[in-house]
Amino acid sequence: MSDLVPSAQVDVKEVNRLIERNDEDNTTIFGFWVYLMTDCVLFGSLFAVFTVLRNNTFGGPGGAVLFSLPYALIETLSLLTSSFTCGLAVLSAQRKSKKQTVFWFVVTFLLGATFLGLELTEFHKFIAGGNSWHRSGFLSSYFALVGTHGLHITIGLIWIAVMTGFILKRGINGLTMKRIRMLSLFWHFLDVVWIFIFTIVYLFGALHA
Amino acid sequence: MNLNVFGSLLGKLSFRYLPHDPITVSGAIMMVLVPIALVVFLTVTKRWKWLYKEWLTTLDPKRIGVMYIVVAVAMGLRGLSDVILVRTQQAISVGNSHGILSASHFQQIVSAHGTIMIFFVAMGLMFGMINMIVPLQIGARDVAFPFLNATSFWLFFAGMVLINISLVIGDFSATGWLAYPPLSELKYSPTVGVDYWIWSLEIAGAGSLLSGINFLVTILKKRVKGMSLMKMPMFCWGVLGSMSLVAFAFPILTITLILLSLDRTLGTHFFTAGGGGNMMMYVNLIWAWGHPEVYILILPAFGVFSEIVSTYARKKLFGYTSMVWAIWSIVVLSFIVWLHHFFTMGAGSDVNGFFGIMTMIIAVPTGVKLFNWLFTLYKGKLNFKTPLYWFIGFAIIFTIGGMAGVLMAVPPIDFQLHNSLFLIAHFHMMIVSGVLFGDFAAIVYWLPKFTGFKLNERLGRYSFWLWLVGFLMAFLPLYVLGFMGATRRLDHYSASLGWQPLFIVAAIGVVFIIGGVVMMFVQLGYSIWTRKKHLAGSDPWDGRTLEWSLPTPIPFYNFARLPHVTSKDPFWYLKHRGGHKIAQGEYEPIEIPKNTPLAMVIAAGAFIFGFSIVWHIWWLAPIGLLTSIVTIIVRSMDEHPNFVLSASEVKQLDEKYGSAA
Amino acid sequence: MHKAKRWLIAGILLLVLIVSGVYLSRVNIPVLEPKGPIADKEFRLLVTITSIMLIVVIPVFVLLFYVVWRYREDNPRRGKYVPEWEHSRLLEGLWWIIPAILITIVSVISWHATYALNPYNPIPSKNKAIDIQVISMDWKWLFIYPRQHIASVNLFEMPVNTPVHFYLTSDAPMNAFWLPQLSGQIFTMAGMQTQLYIMANVKGSYVGRSANISGIGFASMQFTAKAVSNKSFNIWVNNKRNSSPKLTIAAYKALDRPSSYVAPRYYSDPAKGLFIDVIGKYIIPAGQGVAL
Repeated sequence: MSDLVPSAQVDVKEVNRLIERNDEDNTTIFGFWVYLMTDCVLFGSLFAVFTVLRNNTFGGPGGAVLFSLPYALIETLSLLTSSFTCGLAVLSAQRKSKKQTVFWFVVTFLLGATFLGLELTEFHKFIAGGNSWHRSGFLSSYFALVGTHGLHITIGLIWIAVMTGFILKRGINGLTMKRIRMLSLFWHFLDVVWIFIFTIVYLFGALHA
Repeated sequence: MNLNVFGSLLGKLSFRYLPHDPITVSGAIMMVLVPIALVVFLTVTKRWKWLYKEWLTTLDPKRIGVMYIVVAVAMGLRGLSDVILVRTQQAISVGNSHGILSASHFQQIVSAHGTIMIFFVAMGLMFGMINMIVPLQIGARDVAFPFLNATSFWLFFAGMVLINISLVIGDFSATGWLAYPPLSELKYSPTVGVDYWIWSLEIAGAGSLLSGINFLVTILKKRVKGMSLMKMPMFCWGVLGSMSLVAFAFPILTITLILLSLDRTLGTHFFTAGGGGNMMMYVNLIWAWGHPEVYILILPAFGVFSEIVSTYARKKLFGYTSMVWAIWSIVVLSFIVWLHHFFTMGAGSDVNGFFGIMTMIIAVPTGVKLFNWLFTLYKGKLNFKTPLYWFIGFAIIFTIGGMAGVLMAVPPIDFQLHNSLFLIAHFHMMIVSGVLFGDFAAIVYWLPKFTGFKLNERLGRYSFWLWLVGFLMAFLPLYVLGFMGATRRLDHYSASLGWQPLFIVAAIGVVFIIGGVVMMFVQLGYSIWTRKKHLAGSDPWDGRTLEWSLPTPIPFYNFARLPHVTSKDPFWYLKHRGGHKIAQGEYEPIEIPKNTPLAMVIAAGAFIFGFSIVWHIWWLAPIGLLTSIVTIIVRSMDEHPNFVLSASEVKQLDEKYGSAA
Repeated sequence: MHKAKRWLIAGILLLVLIVSGVYLSRVNIPVLEPKGPIADKEFRLLVTITSIMLIVVIPVFVLLFYVVWRYREDNPRRGKYVPEWEHSRLLEGLWWIIPAILITIVSVISWHATYALNPYNPIPSKNKAIDIQVISMDWKWLFIYPRQHIASVNLFEMPVNTPVHFYLTSDAPMNAFWLPQLSGQIFTMAGMQTQLYIMANVKGSYVGRSANISGIGFASMQFTAKAVSNKSFNIWVNNKRNSSPKLTIAAYKALDRPSSYVAPRYYSDPAKGLFIDVIGKYIIPAGQGVAL
């Protein structure tokens, strides 16, 4: 934080206030990390459920029949790219470039929305084919795990939209910067969770013939 | 109007779900009358504005703590009336008599008792206490996230309202307090009871999870300069351990309840019998939360005992480092013992053996804590006030209960005792003595800090003895009944089994406990009445930790000047060794969060969401959810959530309220 | 006054002890009065572990009462007050290590006992084990004797000194099969099978019940187990086989309707593979070969 280094002209009290502010920001971000950890436990439970139920197809189709790896790969790519553009948004924000930040967030939003659209299309395909969540324990756990991730993505999209408006209105200052950091943490976290979903659900599922 | 449209607007809700039999009707009337009486009282005394401004919209953790405790006490009375019905039923429902309750009603009451006592009494008292004490003990002016804290409380409140509404409309879960499937699945429990259970816990549980995160961060990040972790009061250590458990365990509860709800509302097959579900997965998941939950409740209470024992022995806490290690051993171990709740599932010997041993190991750190308390008393100068009585009562009962616990940790012994009344006696001895007695002691100990007067000692002792005798009478017979083959949740049994005399003794024990509870209210009332005679000042017990260095009543900003801490028990050292004042340095501006009703609105949204899912009112659910989400966004847009007291204002206030030591 | 109060309290306590002693000596306490080898070993284990734990618990109580009596403020002979004494490596070491040693001992005992008393272990005996298939239903117990070709509800008989091999499942919510004088519990779960071996050494009639809540009729899920001589067991079997209705699929479905406080009743010729079908209907989709 180069802007916090006291120089001769700066009021010492003001510097102390800034340092305190910074402490508070760190507290918030630390709190957000703790929240993400609890979310990790939540996803961990869902992964456990999926692992227990993955073979309980109850006469219905298993992953090998349902999943298309190329499709899942496209989903993965759109989400990974969105993570990258989210990173670019943070970099732009650090350079205090409001325009670029907004631009990259819009791109992130579009990619995230694409991912969500792809996921919902896949859900629709399964349900239309008679393979909805009632079909079997396996499908229940699939919809719960992937659906919970999708729900998080939806929340993330709402957050990106609100955040973009916020930046447009307020510009980039300490508060927006703090929130941008948390948003990007959230978005990257969802990316990591997806990597696990891709591997455990789709990759293993498709390979287990 | 087209009745069909009207019908679908209300989901499954209809007048025929209003209660019918006399006991439920009277319960429902209570649930309607109490709020009405409150409304009338507030209107007549013109206190709405006061209530709204000073309490409902507050973000001050001290006040939020009081609200937690008020709700918990009210729920405690409800849980107690459930007990009265259960004990009466079991004392008389023998042979040809089927008692006063139908089987279904009895099972609802048993389930409600467990759920309410754990989630709304024990958790409520604990969070109340944490809110009121932790910031003071760590020298903080507030928690890390004040708005989140208020939201947590209101979510807790919303869950509480939801569970009580089940008395008025619909029914409650009749599946035991943890609602094992497949009994709790739609096939076997088609009414809304289980849904009430799920959503009330889901909402209150979300509040607990957020509180857990909040206090974890508060303790780790908001301690005053100089208070390293190893100089923290032991209560804060207990809370830190407990909150870490909350952060790890409550997400599991959240997801488990959601999955059960999906099974019931959307027809998924997570825990169903058939359809590829796995009911034992539920049992595993719920106990992966449930066992840590026990320690979530008990670690803060252990912390209370540490504070009390040390203060009333007028001596430093013995074995501080051991205590900290004991807490963290318990935290870690509590996650690898859950399977001992179902040794009887038929798992292999290796699995049962492993979990049995892990369970027994917990006895070691727990024993260490007990010995450390005893050696804190040893070579002390015991100021024999009621909190010490509660401690001694705890030590006796907890040790007996703990012994029963180790017995049940041995899988083959557990085969004989599981789900019997022996188990009921065991865990009541652990939770009531460990958690409730701790909370009682805490109330006597800390109340003067907030009110300025002490509670009457004599009445407090009466209450203690009534509780102790009643408790032993109510639960020692249950150990024997367990040996006699009596299982839990029986609404009726054959006369030939010879159980009735013991059930009657247990029921008489409950009468004593009621006496103890009544005595507590008498004690409180009498102490308020005669408060002028036993004013407490700001430090009635020769306290050791930072909270006692503050003036009473505590100003809303807690510390006008931040305290300076160089050791454990800083306040005690100041008084007995002299030396520097605790509050040092210059006055500085303080930021205080403004009151806001938005936390309440978020919880109201959650309540509407939960209620509409319970009754399948599909159009209303998204409205509830949107209310919450939009409110969160609105709050995040608030540019000035805080107001600032300037340094000179702080100085003025400090001089007005009386400066800290 | 003070002394009188003490005598009164002591008197009351003594009275309570006497009354409870007399009462307890007169009633049947199944867990403490085992009638078979499994329950007997479980009971002995209980006594052993309790005794070991008393090694810690008794000193704790003694110490507790001693300390609070000796160090209370108004005790004229109060011990020395040392407010700064807060740590002793030796003492703390002791109460980490001694309980740890005891728990290690208990753990070793527990580990071996867990293997030895695994409910799936056959009981060694010169008599061949009798198989009984147990189905917990809403709200009664069905006992099927696949080799004797009979079935009974809420009551079963077995020859004394002969092991019984239970296969258990549920056609209802989860229940737990508990016959405390002969053995500990085991869950019965739909779509799954658990097993349990028991044996009665003494002739008699023993009460068992479900230990896991299973709905409104749960309290009525009590059953009787009769241990009888080999001869009368055979007579009982023949009698029921000749004089009872057949347990066809239709009869099973009729029985399966929820009912509470069901008096014992008997069937002959249980439908072939009924037990397997009851399990199968929860793990195989309808219409794929399961009769139920």
